[in-house]
Amino acid sequence: MTALPLILTVFVACAVEAVEALTIVLAAGLTREWRSTFQGMAAALVTLAAIVAVLGPTITLLPLTALRLVVGALLAIFGLQWLRKAILRATGYKSLHDEASAYLREVAAATAAGASSRGRVHDWYAFTLSFKGVLLEGLEVVFIVITFGASQHNVGAAVIGAAAAVLVVAVTGIAVRAPLARVPENAMKFAVGVMLTSFGIFWGAEGAGVSWPGQDAALLVLVPVVVLVSLGYTALLRRAQAAQPAAAPASEEVTSS
Amino acid sequence: MRRLRSIGAFWYDFVVGDDWRVAVVVVAALALTAVLVHAAGINAWWLLPVCVFAALGWSLRRAIRS
Repeated sequence: MTALPLILTVFVACAVEAVEALTIVLAAGLTREWRSTFQGMAAALVTLAAIVAVLGPTITLLPLTALRLVVGALLAIFGLQWLRKAILRATGYKSLHDEASAYLREVAAATAAGASSRGRVHDWYAFTLSFKGVLLEGLEVVFIVITFGASQHNVGAAVIGAAAAVLVVAVTGIAVRAPLARVPENAMKFAVGVMLTSFGIFWGAEGAGVSWPGQDAALLVLVPVVVLVSLGYTALLRRAQAAQPAAAPASEEVTSS
Repeated sequence: MRRLRSIGAFWYDFVVGDDWRVAVVVVAALALTAVLVHAAGINAWWLLPVCVFAALGWSLRRAIRS
């Protein structure tokens, strides 16, 4: 298999999380102080890079069969979480992630908080807000980078996909100086959910001892099947939602992914 | 103790998420696949996809009913 599907999957997953992290960073930077915000962001990125640097090479030392069994199970469970959430949001059973309102909530909280300094950090609130936002959103990306990269024995390609996404989102965010509310987050989350679930099924079954018909080419069938099944569930839920127009979508927290 | 509990809760929520039944179905399906392949000699490549799709449907059904 080429590195392209790996890079693209990590790029899209990372872009979704980077958009959510950017919302928090912008709220901290614009309402509090940029220096402390950047310090928090840098500390989180260094922590995330250290996790990849330590776990990436370590996990690739595991036997491939055991690795694919464990990684496949985790990816399938993780991917189904993303798919479930994306389908519920697409059908109105869960409210869509709204970056504009999430930004306003963070701005209100950041404006109300008091100021305090610690060591070289002038504004501890801006630092911790930025650090927690980037770290929590980044952990999902690290998980995908490590599991995909290790299973393909190509952690470097996964890191390239993640770094490119962070760069694109950061440059766009700096240019517009506003949360990227127009990014089709749910569609991207749906796509990533499909990829994670498909690769999870493929690697998990291989790890359990299965020989896929057509070997790696089975993925070319598996991915469209996962898409079709997911779209089928989406259509069914839309029909059920139309039959119950009174049902209201649940609200969500700013950090929910 | 409190911190340990919150760390455990974070990782549980991170990996397992909103519906633990999905994780149970995936793990059980993988175990059954391994048994079929290694003990019965059946190349059960179809079992995991079927179970995953069923788990997703079941989880969505539970979500819209709650």
